[in-house]
Amino acid sequence: MSGAEFVPLSLTPILIGVFAAIACALPGNFLVLRRQALIGDAISHVVLPGIVVAFLITGTVSTWPMMIGAAAAALLAVLLIEAIRRLGGIEPGAAMGVVFTTMFAGGVLLLERSDTSTVHLDVEHALMGNLESLIWLDAFGWGSLLDPEALAGLPPELFRMGLSMIGVIAFVWLFWRPLKISTFDEGFAQVMGMRTNLIGMSLVAVSALAAVAAFDAVGSIIVIAMFICPPAAARLMTNRLAAQVGWSVIFATLSAVLGYVLAGYGPLWLGAEDSVSAAGMIATVSGIVLGLAAVFGPARGGTQG
Amino acid sequence: MKRIALASTDGQTMTGEAPDQSPIAIRGMTVSYGQKPVVFSVDATFPEGSMTAIIGPNGAGKSTLLKASLGILRPLSGTVTVFGQPLNSQRHRIAYVPQRASVDWDFPTTVLDVVLMGLSRELGLLRLVRPRHRDKAIECLSRVGMAEFADRQIGQLSGGQQQRVFLARALAQGADLYLLDEPFAGVDAATEKAIIAVLKTLKAEGKTVVSVHHDLSTVSDYFDRVLILNTSKIAEGSVADAFTEANLQAAYGGRLATAQVAGIPVAG
Amino acid sequence: MLWQALTLQLGYNATLVAIGATLLGFAAGVTGTFLFLRRRSLVSDAISHATLPGVGLAFIVMVALGGDGRSLAGLLTGSAVTAALGLVAVQWLTRRTRLAEDSAIGAVLSVFFGLGVVLLTVIQTMESGRQAGLDSLLLGSTAGMLRADALLIAAGGALTLILTLILRRPMIMVAFDEDYAAARGLNIRQVDLVTMGLVMAVTVVGLKVVGLILIVALLIIPPVTARFWTDRTERVWLLSGVIGGVSGFIGAAISASAPALPTGPIIVLTGFSVFAASLFLAPNRGVLAAIIRHVAFQRRVHVRQGLLALAHGQPIYERYTVRLLHRAGLSRPDGVATEAGRARAAKALLDEKRWEILRAMPDHEAAAALYDGMRPIETVVTSDQLAEIDTHLAAPQEVLA
Repeated sequence: MSGAEFVPLSLTPILIGVFAAIACALPGNFLVLRRQALIGDAISHVVLPGIVVAFLITGTVSTWPMMIGAAAAALLAVLLIEAIRRLGGIEPGAAMGVVFTTMFAGGVLLLERSDTSTVHLDVEHALMGNLESLIWLDAFGWGSLLDPEALAGLPPELFRMGLSMIGVIAFVWLFWRPLKISTFDEGFAQVMGMRTNLIGMSLVAVSALAAVAAFDAVGSIIVIAMFICPPAAARLMTNRLAAQVGWSVIFATLSAVLGYVLAGYGPLWLGAEDSVSAAGMIATVSGIVLGLAAVFGPARGGTQG
Repeated sequence: MKRIALASTDGQTMTGEAPDQSPIAIRGMTVSYGQKPVVFSVDATFPEGSMTAIIGPNGAGKSTLLKASLGILRPLSGTVTVFGQPLNSQRHRIAYVPQRASVDWDFPTTVLDVVLMGLSRELGLLRLVRPRHRDKAIECLSRVGMAEFADRQIGQLSGGQQQRVFLARALAQGADLYLLDEPFAGVDAATEKAIIAVLKTLKAEGKTVVSVHHDLSTVSDYFDRVLILNTSKIAEGSVADAFTEANLQAAYGGRLATAQVAGIPVAG
Repeated sequence: MLWQALTLQLGYNATLVAIGATLLGFAAGVTGTFLFLRRRSLVSDAISHATLPGVGLAFIVMVALGGDGRSLAGLLTGSAVTAALGLVAVQWLTRRTRLAEDSAIGAVLSVFFGLGVVLLTVIQTMESGRQAGLDSLLLGSTAGMLRADALLIAAGGALTLILTLILRRPMIMVAFDEDYAAARGLNIRQVDLVTMGLVMAVTVVGLKVVGLILIVALLIIPPVTARFWTDRTERVWLLSGVIGGVSGFIGAAISASAPALPTGPIIVLTGFSVFAASLFLAPNRGVLAAIIRHVAFQRRVHVRQGLLALAHGQPIYERYTVRLLHRAGLSRPDGVATEAGRARAAKALLDEKRWEILRAMPDHEAAAALYDGMRPIETVVTSDQLAEIDTHLAAPQEVLA
């Protein structure tokens, strides 16, 4: 494939997909180890009510209000789950189920009641994103990477997602030790003077940030899949945390690239004319990677290694 | 964690009282699960350089007292001072060895890594692990006879080995006060010997050791003080004074068969 | 309009849907109880998301076979097949690898859902797929439903409920006490399989009414809510079923009473209202009751400890204790006991002494085990026993040992 075709049409969606995948997979490692893997699931379901409310308040479909709305909804959901879990003495899974389904129901209801059908705001978009449309029309080939004029036309999602990924990397790098220690042994971490509640909440907040940044570009499906599949597959490859995180980044990248390519070109190879959902395909590929790791991963078994 | 308390006490202590300078002083500690106190109004002091066993029947609140003293559980009432200061300002002087079952041994990490966690105050957030840190961790591992396991995945260890790694991590902290929660539960005889040898060395160095303990037959061999607990404090003091049949009877009731008492070398 | 809806006067279809939703809600509430009690509520999330590829595949297969692909029965059959596969995948991942169930659930739900979305985009490109309306199964939609579909839902709801009621006994036993059930000769795995099968049935029947994302709510919210009102397993399932059924009925009725009130969300929000009310107001386990009880209890503990300290002539370490004693007229602001305080302190000390004696008596072990520092001794011994204890009070301590 020539650069003239690849750079404008595929480079930016692939990069955005990779950034989103890594931004979600990194905190996902700790969520999986803390048995909180489904927080990602809960967060991505409440994104919908968040953007609907943001739309109702501002009356426009613009990125920032919607992102803020989604982030606020994610935060509210996390607080509600925690409150219901503690106040009601309910196990976390059930508390999560109560909160995210109710908020999702509220979002759907608001969507139906308000006249949003005329604008581009629908459930499908929130679920599947629109990775394929994030193309770089100003590019003509690899040379455009050095052309300031063309660079100015890069889709803004690329920068948002890139920044979010850098933010997530910075968080994990900076708080590596507290995250590791409090995940392994909370009581010990507390006696060492670590604010374990604060660490846990920050992890969830950073996950929410990644999810919110990602849903807009790639939809919630990728978000849930990337929070869980690459870290889970990585856990089956190694017994070292640092190596696990490394593997998860590799798997996330692999899923994003392979999924995008398969969605775009796979049907053509099979003789069909149209491509299929890239978000769905990326999730599917990550599932295949996990399946392979579950069968062949060197550290797949129980404690016997 | 279980739900302990919805509101806490304000934690202020009365003024005009000379603060107790002992390594850990607990005053009026009550902890409850729901409406039932499992620890009621316990006062306890652990003198410097002493080695104390906290004993009592199952469900007597031994671990709960330890956890509440360390701020892991929220007490309903009570105050704790460590070397005469508030707990939070003295955390660097405390090493805590939790119950083995309280962590996920499937966690992807190695023995050496776990011991290095004990150095995390020194290492801070970002400082790299240098050879001297590694050497110190290895040295702590050799003190518990686990140096050759440094690179092992923790899930591959036996129960006794896991317990020794936890003790090595506590040693790495270089603390003045060691609090252990059932360190001998489910460990092999060799491990028990190794652990008690290390604890006795600590005591000889003037450190203070407090351990939740359940084997009455070894109390007088291992420890010099006891705190006998059954919800409330039954007795506290030197093994000679407090580890008496009467006190044990009061704590264990009928659960302590007379024959069993006869076999235990209690103080007269 | 709403009144007519609640009294089933909005036409044949709406009535069928309301009946179907009620039966479905009841069945979901009962089945969900067993998931909840076994702490596996979110398995339903994996099952429901795993229906999507089945719907897509069924459509494609039906079109390939010459049909129009929109037969609800056909789509639901397809959804059941992949839901079962999803369930198998969750079990396989948790049994064969070191992954915890929550990771397995999350992986299965996202991957199956992703695959489903891929299939939906395939269908959109098909000639006959342009108006397939499969997304109505995502969020549920009962507006403008065919009579045959309404009948299918009512019949499906009735069938699941009947199955649930027939099979409830072994499920209750396993949820209540797994070991006991195993000892009674129940095959735990088989019972779990039955439970999961019913969860699948509920999910599939519920697809058209509430959609695959919200069906999870029907399986989780009623049991969580019911748990606030009773501690007894044999009542939780029934109460949960009733809460689910009522939510289903009210939700379907409200939804039928006006346009743009989608059935699924209304049912879920109705259920959540009952949950929220229970969370705060339930007499025993409710938050309000718990807070009031806790604060009162904490005060009692502080007063008791303060009185004991006064009795022993020890200092009181916490200001809060002194404030409480002062407010009750038991001490001066500086912590020195008043007349009343001294009397109460003496009584508290007497109580402690009596307990001490009781706990040292080997033949009163059961009563002694009830000691928690707060319980009045009069509640665990008879007045005769108390008198016996009091004889020891005056006696020298050696006698007790």
